[in-house]
Amino acid sequence: MKNIKKSWIIIAVILLLAIIMYTSIKGTYNNMVTMDEGVSSQWAQVENVYQRRADLIPNLVATVKGYAEHERETFEAVTLARSKATSVTIDPTNLNEASMQQFQAAQDQLSSALSRLLVVVEKYPDLKANQNFLDLQTQLERTENRITVERMNFNTKSQEYNSFIRSFPKNIYASLFGFEKKAYFKAQEGAEKAPEVKF
Amino acid sequence: MSKIRNWLLILLAVSISQVNAQDLPDPPSPPRLVNDFAGLLNDQENNTLERKLVAFSDTNSTQITIVIISDLGAYDIVDYSQRLGQKWKVGQKKFNNGAIIVLKPKNAEGKGEVNIDVGYGLEPIIPDITAKQIIENEMIPHFKSNDYYGGLDAAVKAIMSLAAGQFTADQYAKRKGKSSPYGFLIPIIILIIVISMIGRNRGKQYTTGSSSMPFWTALMLGSMLGGGRGGSFGDFRSGSGGFGGGGGGGFGGFGGGSFGGGGASGSW
Repeated sequence: MKNIKKSWIIIAVILLLAIIMYTSIKGTYNNMVTMDEGVSSQWAQVENVYQRRADLIPNLVATVKGYAEHERETFEAVTLARSKATSVTIDPTNLNEASMQQFQAAQDQLSSALSRLLVVVEKYPDLKANQNFLDLQTQLERTENRITVERMNFNTKSQEYNSFIRSFPKNIYASLFGFEKKAYFKAQEGAEKAPEVKF
Repeated sequence: MSKIRNWLLILLAVSISQVNAQDLPDPPSPPRLVNDFAGLLNDQENNTLERKLVAFSDTNSTQITIVIISDLGAYDIVDYSQRLGQKWKVGQKKFNNGAIIVLKPKNAEGKGEVNIDVGYGLEPIIPDITAKQIIENEMIPHFKSNDYYGGLDAAVKAIMSLAAGQFTADQYAKRKGKSSPYGFLIPIIILIIVISMIGRNRGKQYTTGSSSMPFWTALMLGSMLGGGRGGSFGDFRSGSGGFGGGGGGGFGGFGGGSFGGGGASGSW
């Protein structure tokens, strides 16, 4: 009689603990999913603005070519860097340090090729007065600005998520369910700001 | 080792952005759309603009806010505008249809600068090139002659007419390109016709005393069309014409819109 009562109490306590654990894990898990999705959608936004920049380049190169035919090497460098940059994309479920580094390296290469192109432009005053070129310049300037904004937003989202999954006891659930730390955009030396597109 | 450095860099970046966020002015309380921190506009100009913007926010839900400051501090005007728009949450959360105009007048601190930043929702309606045209065509010519109110008013009208959906951005560019030679020619032609008619009728009246009807018709025609001489922007005015009378309620507050960095800037 006594033994039966005792085992009932134990079962009840275990059940209660199980319910508490279930609700806490469920809440944490769902939060992690929401934040993970937030990071993913912000990543999509980042790739979006980089794509926007890539889309401007053929037009820009064509316009500059019309005035500066001799700068073939510069055009080739930009075109090559563009095709490399557009080929490197990251699946948002795989936003780790290595893939991020690869992505950023490709985009930074394009940035520097672009800035070399814009230095070349300096030599052609007619080109600098061309309306088509001025329009492209405005768009490029603002697209670089958009990139800065979206990268900053991404880092904020990523940081929120990381500090969430890494704090105790959520880190236990996170490793249990395979939530991994997301990578950040790192400021390159001398490239903390968007490249200046000023003349 | 490099990992630690990276962490430090991130920490530094985060702490810098927090310090920066404190530099930005807080949203006005009570909420206002025209925020002249530099005291550039007189009361009447300030209130006229405010009424116009509030009425537009009430009817269209698009929120256009104007911020005038005499010193940007360490900020680039583009960065300043985006952060301020984001901080104040200009525009409706649902549509992200806010626009923020930041104006730094030409003063001892340096050259004049102006920036229009549009929320995500307004980006397709006011693309960067269009924003640039508004700055170059509507604002800077006025600003150069120290007519700050005139430039802001013209820009606000242009943005309103675009956001109201009366004109698409392409139509704006076309209209701007075509209307300037037109606008000059029409009044001149009418003036010539009117003068020549007046002259002819006077001559006739003396000799034959016949009907002076064409003279009056011409005069009426002339005065009717002459009204259009006011400016090349006459057509856009219809979009906001009705707002003048609607005073009354103040601005209810910003709605939670976000900014992605679209827009344009210019300096003089």
